[in-house]
Amino acid sequence: MNCRSEVLEVSVEGRQVDEAMLALLHTILLHRSTGKFHYKKEGTYSIGTVGTQDIDCDFIDFTFVRVSSEELDRAIRKAVGEFKEALSNSGSDGMGQISLEFYQKKKSRWPFSDECIPWEVWSIKVNVVNLANEQERQICREKVGEKLGEKVINIVEVISRHEYLPKMPTQSEVDNVFDTSLKDVQPYLYKITYQITDSLGTSVSTTMRRLIKDTLAL
Amino acid sequence: MGRLTWREPFSMDNDLSPQDKKDLDKFIKFFALKTVQVIVQARLGEKICSSSSSSPTGSDWFNLAIKDIPEVTHEAKKALAGQLPGIGRSMCVEISLKTSEGDSMELETWCLEMNEKCDKDIKVSYTVYNRLSLLLKSLLAITRVTPAYKLSRKQGHDYVILYRIYFGEVQLAGLGEGFQTVRVGLVGTPTGTITLSCAYRTNLAFMSTRQFERTGPIMGIIIDHFVERPFPNTGHMHACDYRATGEEDGVGYPGVEDSQEVCTTSFSTSPPTQCVFTVSKAHFKSPKPAVMDTLKVPMLGLSFSHQLCSSRLSYQPPMPGAADLCYPAALNSTNPHQMVLPGKEGGVPLMPPQPCHGTQAEHGRVSSCPPADPGHHLSGSPSTGEDAETLSRSGEAKTACRPEALETTFTRKVGAFVNKPSTQVTTTGLDLPFAAFAPRALNSEENDPMVHPPESPTTASPLHGSLHSQDSVDSAGQTQDDFVMVDFKPAFSKDDLLPMDLGTFYREFQNPPQLSSLSIDVSAQSMAEDLDSLPEKLAIYEKNIDEFDAFVDTLQ
Repeated sequence: MNCRSEVLEVSVEGRQVDEAMLALLHTILLHRSTGKFHYKKEGTYSIGTVGTQDIDCDFIDFTFVRVSSEELDRAIRKAVGEFKEALSNSGSDGMGQISLEFYQKKKSRWPFSDECIPWEVWSIKVNVVNLANEQERQICREKVGEKLGEKVINIVEVISRHEYLPKMPTQSEVDNVFDTSLKDVQPYLYKITYQITDSLGTSVSTTMRRLIKDTLAL
Repeated sequence: MGRLTWREPFSMDNDLSPQDKKDLDKFIKFFALKTVQVIVQARLGEKICSSSSSSPTGSDWFNLAIKDIPEVTHEAKKALAGQLPGIGRSMCVEISLKTSEGDSMELETWCLEMNEKCDKDIKVSYTVYNRLSLLLKSLLAITRVTPAYKLSRKQGHDYVILYRIYFGEVQLAGLGEGFQTVRVGLVGTPTGTITLSCAYRTNLAFMSTRQFERTGPIMGIIIDHFVERPFPNTGHMHACDYRATGEEDGVGYPGVEDSQEVCTTSFSTSPPTQCVFTVSKAHFKSPKPAVMDTLKVPMLGLSFSHQLCSSRLSYQPPMPGAADLCYPAALNSTNPHQMVLPGKEGGVPLMPPQPCHGTQAEHGRVSSCPPADPGHHLSGSPSTGEDAETLSRSGEAKTACRPEALETTFTRKVGAFVNKPSTQVTTTGLDLPFAAFAPRALNSEENDPMVHPPESPTTASPLHGSLHSQDSVDSAGQTQDDFVMVDFKPAFSKDDLLPMDLGTFYREFQNPPQLSSLSIDVSAQSMAEDLDSLPEKLAIYEKNIDEFDAFVDTLQ
């Protein structure tokens, strides 16, 4: 199948990177998470309840909604933290991209490992700027807040197209579609990777792959 | 997923099984109610939080934990009047802003509409349901993004945010020129496509001359902190009180249907052919009529304006002295959309203080009566005089408020930490920032901002106390309009070494004795006398000039 790919771009100040990434990634995951499935006899299942919470950003004039799940939040924060660190270690350029990829697992016969087939990829391009004084920072707070708002509207617009979503799986297949390791919510299987652009603009002097959820990686 | 086909409206239903039709209508109805809840809750001015639950409870529509504020549901049902959103019949939620001076302005209108594009092949109980759930999530995200969100988070002192639900034709004229529209999403169904969008005002021109943003002070003095309250008749802000469904009652809605439909969904893993979907009705006990049933207030007017202001500050529930603070918002049974604190808002004059106190201690609720004309926005019908009188009555009444019975967070935004009426400063004494140093005949030292420096604007954190009772009593019998001592629990303030905590320390030393140099006696002294004494002082200094020189040398 074709994997649809969406790209979002933001320019932020150094200390806003974490919150901007969290805001966008959580907004996407809010739409790509369901309640826990409980399979019953006869092939039916019921779905748990997803709670939400408002998160105020400290360095940006923005509030976003995320799924109420501490585990999920920790996982995303970890990934964003690593991305931020890589960005700051990369040098003065400050450009990078973090990708959230939703995939399905397809069982293969031995000795081949299972395939991971992405069906939706969100890429967030980040450009880190340096600001000279407090006044500029204040303006940046508001501007980035507005920009993030626009990105949320973009995300929602893509989601509302109701394009391909994996079929609801049977009990035996559920781990090929959803991440069932969390105890309170069930996002689609996802992985977060990032790339730091070096100063020449070529993506890759270091492409680091951080697989948050990929239980069958070789 | 399905083909979009065009059908004549009247033949639309032929292809839909009766069960599907019934389910679809139910989905649309509850979707409309949940939409209203999400929008209104997003404009309360507070952060919303609900927990995930892995076991389905059966009462969470669309698998989302969205609390139901009873009066909001009531308003929505009233507006719908048994109908469903359909083609040409849109459900709209209008959000507007009202200033302390009485000006109001529409900020945004959320529209739930239906158009004729049908998707005949879509599975109602499965795909439509899940897509409606997705649409609600999108609504949650978008409601935090429109400009009205930031305004609603800052509401309280200068303005409040109101909502109005109506059904029928969409009215966008009140949004001014150049309003923007954002589409939240759409869901195709066999009977039409449901669309959800928001039109919001971009021209906030009339607001620019007024101060809607309270920025922090650069200097230490905030003159306006002691200004006469902008809502002279509505000094206390309204708290919003709401309970999730299923929690204890308290709200009497005699006319409202008490049953709550419960959605238990089961999904089949082979969706196209086998959908098992059960919907059951659970009748909840009808809420016990609470005290407010006894307060009947004639409801005038048909517009359902509902005041929702709550600021970000929440206080501890009550101490006996600050009786006017201790009422959580009341939900009047006959005028359910008025959520008012009896303290200041219109209802006070009609409220019999004694029984209410007693009952409120038991039920943890207070009734209040809205102003006689609820059709208009709430503010200022009763006079300040009445308020003060009733306040004093309520202040004196022995309030056996059992704070533990009060579970709600109620909020208000006042100048806090001032526990004496005398420290209230009027504007007249504050023309000059350093007025204290000018000799003044009249100015009471108590009005002197230099003597009693105004507090910096209260922020949320020190006042976010827990909802549990606070045993210590402060500022008893406070009947002053504007400033009431609030008991607060400063964070991290307990120290095992010291017998008292930060809060107690702060309160004790809040009003230190004034500096002698600023006392009236001194200021009464005339400038001429000061000048006269100067030559003598100079003579003394000249005599001791050697000492001074030696001192200066040591500094070199």
